[in-house]
Amino acid sequence: MAEFNAMDTAAFKGVWVFCEQREGQIQTISYQLLSEGRKLANDLGVELCGVVMGSGVNEDYIKALGGYGADRVYYIDSPLLKDYTTDGYAKVMCDLVMEKKPEIVLIGATNLGRDLGPRCAARLHTGLTADCTHLDVDVEKYKEFLRTTSNIDVDNTKFEQNTNLKMTRPAFGGHLMATIICPRFRPQMSTVRPGVMQTQPFDEAGAAKVVVEKITPALTADDIHVQILDIKKSAKKMVDLIGADVVVSVGRGISSDVDKGIALAEELAGVLGGVVGASRAVTDAGWLSSDHQVGQTGKTVHPRIYIALGISGAIQHVAGMQDSETIIAVNKNESAPIFDVASYGIVGDLFKVVPELIKEIRAIKAAN
Amino acid sequence: MKAIVCVKQVPDTQGKVAVKADGTMDRAAMATITNPDDLNAVEAALQLKDATGCEVIVVTMGPAPAEGMLRELMARGADRGVLVSAREFGGSDTFATSQILAAAVNKIGVGPDDIVFCGRQAIDGDTAQVGPQIAEKLHLPQVTYVTDIQKNGNDLVVKRQLEDGYMEIKVQTPCLLTCIKELNTPRYMSISGIFECYDKPLDVFDYNTLKDDPLIEADTIGLKGSPTNVYKSFAPPVKGAGMMVESVDQLVGLLNDKHLI
Repeated sequence: MAEFNAMDTAAFKGVWVFCEQREGQIQTISYQLLSEGRKLANDLGVELCGVVMGSGVNEDYIKALGGYGADRVYYIDSPLLKDYTTDGYAKVMCDLVMEKKPEIVLIGATNLGRDLGPRCAARLHTGLTADCTHLDVDVEKYKEFLRTTSNIDVDNTKFEQNTNLKMTRPAFGGHLMATIICPRFRPQMSTVRPGVMQTQPFDEAGAAKVVVEKITPALTADDIHVQILDIKKSAKKMVDLIGADVVVSVGRGISSDVDKGIALAEELAGVLGGVVGASRAVTDAGWLSSDHQVGQTGKTVHPRIYIALGISGAIQHVAGMQDSETIIAVNKNESAPIFDVASYGIVGDLFKVVPELIKEIRAIKAAN
Repeated sequence: MKAIVCVKQVPDTQGKVAVKADGTMDRAAMATITNPDDLNAVEAALQLKDATGCEVIVVTMGPAPAEGMLRELMARGADRGVLVSAREFGGSDTFATSQILAAAVNKIGVGPDDIVFCGRQAIDGDTAQVGPQIAEKLHLPQVTYVTDIQKNGNDLVVKRQLEDGYMEIKVQTPCLLTCIKELNTPRYMSISGIFECYDKPLDVFDYNTLKDDPLIEADTIGLKGSPTNVYKSFAPPVKGAGMMVESVDQLVGLLNDKHLI
């Protein structure tokens, strides 16, 4: 491995996205990463490649990756890759990286991606930055990003001019942001949580011209030291509040029409790629299960966007969400303490405000 | 048979976070705790000890005061502690940290029926990288996000959490498992444990202890051996606390301007 990583970094070209499939279905995080990878590849003037591992994955699904920006897809097909195993996937990924030498590899920060990424980075002797929220190669674009999101005096700060991947992520529970680089080793690896990057509209022309290379890997059953006995879906999906990028929480304010209030929160969360949280009042009343509870006795969250609907803002709730990057509060009571921690507050009836909010965000998303 | 548990002392980021004027974290001003997922890893090891009588060794890399955490874990039932501590190890990223911890685990020795436990991730960095990276360096099979462990001889059947369910995986020892809070409820220190913990062995592995391991090279450990570096760190812009907006229209406009939606 030492020889591999001692090579000139300039020998590495191209941006790769690991396109995760489960049960033959490409996961949506793959489209988000391809959309982001496309921008990086354009800035670098290089190819964007998707890497799919699986067994008998529908070719239409693979070609569709071109519609999200991939110039090329390596499809590694083997019965041994049907379900994810660390050993099988890491071997195939590392072998391919060593052969093709990409400069950037993006992986979804799913429960599987967070298993695969570090195993590969350790084998390849390169750096990996977890849960990135922003990626740049171009220094000017990075400076523009800092202007709107940081306290850095951009014009009086020196920036080295290079195309190293600048990987920004929250540090220390989101109290600080850090931009990480991996200047000496390739590929530069990064994981990104689902929902953080936006999927660009599907492009038919891209899907038509994507080059798919089907590869049969040098992988044998002996390479895999674990055995998948079973894969079970939970009867009930647990809400991943902690890892969520956006949390839309409901409070006592939904009491006049609980079902509608929850439905609105779910719809808003859906539009923003987020999940539904709740105040203790809501979970104590049994309107939502306790895994939704945000607060001192529930979960502490620090999403990019936290929306509090009809939550007064009791200290115990605020303790669980005050470190969210942007807090939006909707409450009928203008003196509700939630407005003291909110970045933006609207005094109003959530049953009126939320439908309007959903409509407008949809319109913006469609226009972007 | 041994259960080797890698643990980390972390600032209590759930509590008050102190930030210095230069934007870095003021660790000295913050309370420290044992990383929560690591307590589940320790508990898993202690349950294995309850069932099999195996030895439980807790290993941490950190400054000298981390000994206090190791003593506390010994008061919970761990048999001995290893403090990995040297100036040369400072400034390590996850890659370099895993080189050092893997070397420490090598020094302890991984036998055919041993299990290395880690917490899934630490609350200060939230990377979940060190466990898998140690496994790679030790050439051990890994299972991450473990929520259940059944042991039958050298075979383990473990449940690995997925976003929407779980995988049931058979893996043989020696192996490395990363644990999450759904796995168990960590026990408290016992009174007798507190009395005994200062009599239990605690070894310090410094640079000289580990330097002969091939994993320990000038270009694989510490700040110099870390593939990743911090390029810039910064605080988010000050929140507009309590900024009231008049309409949804205005709100959506603001969010769009800030690229939040």
